[in-house]
Amino acid sequence: MAYFSQQLINAITLGAIYGLIAIGYTMVYGIIGMINFAHGEVFMIGAFISLIGFMICGTLGISSAPVAILLVLLTAMAFTAVYGWTIERTAYRPLRGSFKLAPLISAIGVSILLQNYVQLAQGARPKPAGSVIEGGYTLFSADGFDVRVAWLQIVIVVVTVVLMAGFSWIIAATPLGRQQRACEQDMKMAALLGVDVNRTISLTFVMGAALAAVAGMMFMMYYGVVDFFIGFLAGIKAFTAAVLGGIGSLPGAMLGGLLIGLIEVFWAGYFTSEYKDVAVFAILVLVLIFRPTGLLGKPEIEKV
Amino acid sequence: MRDRLPALVKDAALTALVAAALGLFIVGFKTRDAGQGLFFDYQLVDLAVAVATIFFGRLGLQLASLGLKWPSFALGAALGLIGAAPLELPSTFLHWFVVIAGVLIILRTIWPWANAALATARHSQRGRAFGQRGAKWFGAILLAAAVLMPFTSFADQKTMDLAVLILTYVMLGWGLNIVVGLAGLLDLGYVAFYAVGAYSYALLSTQYGLNFWMVLPLAGMFAAAFGLVLGFPVLRLRGDYLAIVTMGFGEIIRLVLLNWVDLSNGPAGIGGIPGPTLFGAVFAETAPAGKQTFAEMVGIPFTSNQRLIYLYYIILLLALVTNFFTQRVRRLPVGRAWEALREDETACKALGINPTNTKLTAFAVGAMFAGFAGSFFAAKQRFISPESFTFIESAIILSIVVLGGMGSQIGVVLAAVLLIGLPEWFRDLGAYRMIVFGLAMVLIMVFRPRGLIAHREPSVRLHPARASP
Repeated sequence: MAYFSQQLINAITLGAIYGLIAIGYTMVYGIIGMINFAHGEVFMIGAFISLIGFMICGTLGISSAPVAILLVLLTAMAFTAVYGWTIERTAYRPLRGSFKLAPLISAIGVSILLQNYVQLAQGARPKPAGSVIEGGYTLFSADGFDVRVAWLQIVIVVVTVVLMAGFSWIIAATPLGRQQRACEQDMKMAALLGVDVNRTISLTFVMGAALAAVAGMMFMMYYGVVDFFIGFLAGIKAFTAAVLGGIGSLPGAMLGGLLIGLIEVFWAGYFTSEYKDVAVFAILVLVLIFRPTGLLGKPEIEKV
Repeated sequence: MRDRLPALVKDAALTALVAAALGLFIVGFKTRDAGQGLFFDYQLVDLAVAVATIFFGRLGLQLASLGLKWPSFALGAALGLIGAAPLELPSTFLHWFVVIAGVLIILRTIWPWANAALATARHSQRGRAFGQRGAKWFGAILLAAAVLMPFTSFADQKTMDLAVLILTYVMLGWGLNIVVGLAGLLDLGYVAFYAVGAYSYALLSTQYGLNFWMVLPLAGMFAAAFGLVLGFPVLRLRGDYLAIVTMGFGEIIRLVLLNWVDLSNGPAGIGGIPGPTLFGAVFAETAPAGKQTFAEMVGIPFTSNQRLIYLYYIILLLALVTNFFTQRVRRLPVGRAWEALREDETACKALGINPTNTKLTAFAVGAMFAGFAGSFFAAKQRFISPESFTFIESAIILSIVVLGGMGSQIGVVLAAVLLIGLPEWFRDLGAYRMIVFGLAMVLIMVFRPRGLIAHREPSVRLHPARASP
């Protein structure tokens, strides 16, 4: 029981991170129907920016952890958002109206480009990051096993919940969110009614990238190590989460993220950790085959 | 010109600002692991130089696109000279960066002239005739050159190694072209079938002593069977889902090979794989018991190049078989169905083509050729490990197909030479190679989405309708 509870806590933390990345996939897919393959790399960039941000905070002498976290969080969100904006502007927008697979191939190109750019600029070796928040709280002990929840895990879950609530509110209740939903339903009609489609799509990428930056920062603090390749696996897992939850659906992405976190952690905890990635890929394949609309997605009608 | 200048400068400044924001953390501070903890070095000067270059580069490109030839030409030349000058820039990369910016501006400046000249040449009577004849003869000349290559004087070890490597990718590209170019299925896990072929040969030869020519068809069959098994459930999916699922499969196969140590020896890989034989003769200085070497059989002195030349001809043959098969199958009903499916799936359904079965044949045939190439790879390397079958390999093969122009056979050859040959030749590019790779994929999609050699003409046409009486 104690072991199970501990795994559950770890799984929820991991699931929160995946959910944040998955939102970026799902929003972009919802609005322009493309898989933003480079999103995992945006997450990786976010992790690197926050790592360097923390180091700069250290040099500047900011020793209070909450202040440093808030500063780095905002910086990473802002600067990673620039990446999201630039990618959309240079690699995807010129391809709107090109043949079906063009944006996907371009996205793979961006992904390779970003990985190697970071590898070149920062080196290939994994970067160990010191821990920012230490300590935790022992919930209970059973069978000689302490069930602990680290402060960091609480921070991760709280930040995720707050951000998800905030972004859900943006989508549901602000003019920007209304424009996004309008573009999602019918881009041409939205344009006719005075919605600036290009701006709306850009802002969708910006929002997705900002959330990915938060996920990157959480990942960096949680695992304490980043390298240029973390975006690949995390990206695929988050994409799986988005598909599992129903791509295009915001609550679906959160639910999917949580489920993927649970599957990964429990698989590693009870079976073998070598095959945990295989388990996630297998879930992706199974979901796409048996329920391509995901858990919360709407069935898609193919238009001619 | 005067009145436009402020807008141009503003635009260039904005671009430079975005570039500065992009580079500030990743380029401006370089993390360094110094044993105990992480430190960083300031690289803000590098960043400043790069951002300034981007400012002037953008300015020059905008000037050129407005048709202001002389200012943009001067700016390009200035950048080129600054980059080439022996200044104290922080790294050689920056020198290159500045030079490339200058060259780009100059190219952009002369682009309209060059384009116009090309267009006139292409549309003139002689140009068109030359183009048609050239297209017919180009392939034949290339083939003759490929066949005679090992006997020319510049076929040293390095060149032959490179030629074998390029031909392997040409074959993989032609195989993937069936899936991506003809059937329009984006397969991001092509390397999985390559791995199946390679491990088939590695295991069957080291465990059961089968020789290369016996395993080759088997490896193709295994890979095709894998293609069928994997393809059957996923080929009903839409194009972009298919891409992700195939990528997932590619990773699954690699992870299984990595972790199923009993079968594949895990990350340590399989070594001691025998090379291919010719009528039982081995290519080595001394033959194992009961066999003879090729040199003994023919009665010529042994040279180490013989093995490479033999490998070269094997892969050339395999690649040509792939090409021949593709050219032929395009004219068969199934090949026509592939191309029709690529263009419009809904229309195909309406016309009674079963999309799943049609896609499945393309998928399996493509997988089969990857299996052949894989067993050749194992026989050539004599050592394989899961390291050789990562996602990036799939991406490279895909970019060869995309760069060449999906569906174009000669385009694949050009792209393979360009993407594999040039970087191998200029080893110094090293770390920048993959950046150029990614950049090329994006730029081609943006500027030439049909590839270097655009070839999307249907292989078969109805006869032109007769004028009605």
